Amino acid sequence: MNNTLIIGQYVPGNSVVHRLDPRTKITIIFFFVIIVFFANSFWSYAVLTLFGLLSMFASKVPIRFVMKGLMPIWFLIVFTFLLHLFINKDGILLLEWSFIKIYTGGVIQGIAISMRFFLLILITSLLTLTTTPIAITDAVEQILHPLKKIKFPVHELALMMSISLRFIPTLLQETDKISKAQASRGVDFRTGPVKERLKAVIPLLVPLFVSAFKRAEELAMAMEARGYQGGEGRTKLRELKISKLDIWIYILFICVIIGLFLTRNYG
Amino acid sequence: MDITFKDVSYIYQKNTPFAHQALDDISFSIPSGSFVAIIGHTGSGKSTLIQHLNGLAAPTEGEVMIGDFRITNKEKPKDMKKLRSQVGVVFQYPEHQLFEETIAKDIAFGPQNFGVADREIEKRIQEIIPMVGLSEDLLERSPFDLSGGQMRRVAIAGVLAVKPRILVLDEPTAGLDPRGQKEIMDMFYHLHQKENMTTVLVTHSMEDAVKYADHIIILNKGKKYMEGRPEEVFTQVEALNKVQLDTPEMIQFLDKFARKFKREIPFQKQTSDQLAKEIQQVLRGVESP
Repeated sequence: MNNTLIIGQYVPGNSVVHRLDPRTKITIIFFFVIIVFFANSFWSYAVLTLFGLLSMFASKVPIRFVMKGLMPIWFLIVFTFLLHLFINKDGILLLEWSFIKIYTGGVIQGIAISMRFFLLILITSLLTLTTTPIAITDAVEQILHPLKKIKFPVHELALMMSISLRFIPTLLQETDKISKAQASRGVDFRTGPVKERLKAVIPLLVPLFVSAFKRAEELAMAMEARGYQGGEGRTKLRELKISKLDIWIYILFICVIIGLFLTRNYG
Repeated sequence: MDITFKDVSYIYQKNTPFAHQALDDISFSIPSGSFVAIIGHTGSGKSTLIQHLNGLAAPTEGEVMIGDFRITNKEKPKDMKKLRSQVGVVFQYPEHQLFEETIAKDIAFGPQNFGVADREIEKRIQEIIPMVGLSEDLLERSPFDLSGGQMRRVAIAGVLAVKPRILVLDEPTAGLDPRGQKEIMDMFYHLHQKENMTTVLVTHSMEDAVKYADHIIILNKGKKYMEGRPEEVFTQVEALNKVQLDTPEMIQFLDKFARKFKREIPFQKQTSDQLAKEIQQVLRGVESP
């Protein structure tokens, strides 16, 4: 388990992207995800791709690492590409081979849609690669703050999020530990018929649940013992601040949006 | 079964920014039937090392031989199950591995996986239950009803029921009360002598190491720092202090004794009773009755 990498695991650093306020990053990603669907021409895609690659290089996260994070969705990208390639019947017939007919429209749309996918995943994985989970939850809490007016439990939600994020590595460690202990007792998780392998999960899941519940109880007790009280009147250890850098990035991003709408329908 | 490590290194998450070298060029050999203590601070690589003993981890570089089983980066034994049936591992806090509905079923889980016949398992349970200090009327209860100490004993029984040739113990007494600690360690030592098992004990406790082990390996930051017989290793006070390890109480006592009475008593792994007699001899110059 220690050898596998979690998709978008935080890579510590001090790049421009790392230093941005998490709210800025989330806001920009939110709008980026929307405008990706407005791109419809070669140049508009070029503008977005430029922005995506620029953010990637600015983050100084090793490219090999970003690509590794994209690994699981390569299949999806290739699949959508092929789907469009074979099904779309617009434009000029390029190739005909028995029942397979490939048209220019298919090629163009295939590339466009896979590009969309690629950009979406690239930019969202950059968020988790350059922002600690705690910073993300803090930002979510701040962004959702206005919902408090309609009695939406924003703080509790953020707390739940940060607790569950906090315990993911712990649970993974625990899983690793218990699976090693059970493997030592002769459980085989890797080979054998499917039915046997499913049965092998029970000695892993039961102890995992037992310890997760125990941990939750202990955590609740410790929080109460230290006088935890959510929501109202609670101060923050890490105050989020919008800096000059954030403002520049907003301006840059607005330029990107303008650029996108100017280049729509061109080329 | 002999255990041999040859230039073993192990790196976690190799080729990522999180790479971490846990073992660094470690070589040693443990002859069959010995009782070895592996000592080191947290993060010194002890737990990683014992995962090499039953093929849970394969060395990044170097070679591990367990009896006839050879484990390298490229080569894993074909019959991993057989290796694991011969190397029993009691992990830290082994009570976390309990999962069955009844204690009897949980103890039987290991032997069943290794294909031991039901009647033989039954026989072994009857043998082991008194040995680990549990009573037989607990057998049909749920392991989750027990106290922490009792759960630990059930988990240990589950490993012993496989009847391994090598027993690996990773801080088996951590978190137990002093009496429970002594009971469990004495039980392991008794088993070691009776069954001529090779025993590998990972511990923080110098006292346990000096009391039970006949061979000591000290790890520091993934490297082998010292190795040898207890009387060789523990008398090198300065070298031990350099890596923030204490010497056993008896050595400290002998040191103070030598300074106060200007008489040296050599450390030879005496028990405290033997030492008391020696002191009597040295101070009064008489043979004790």
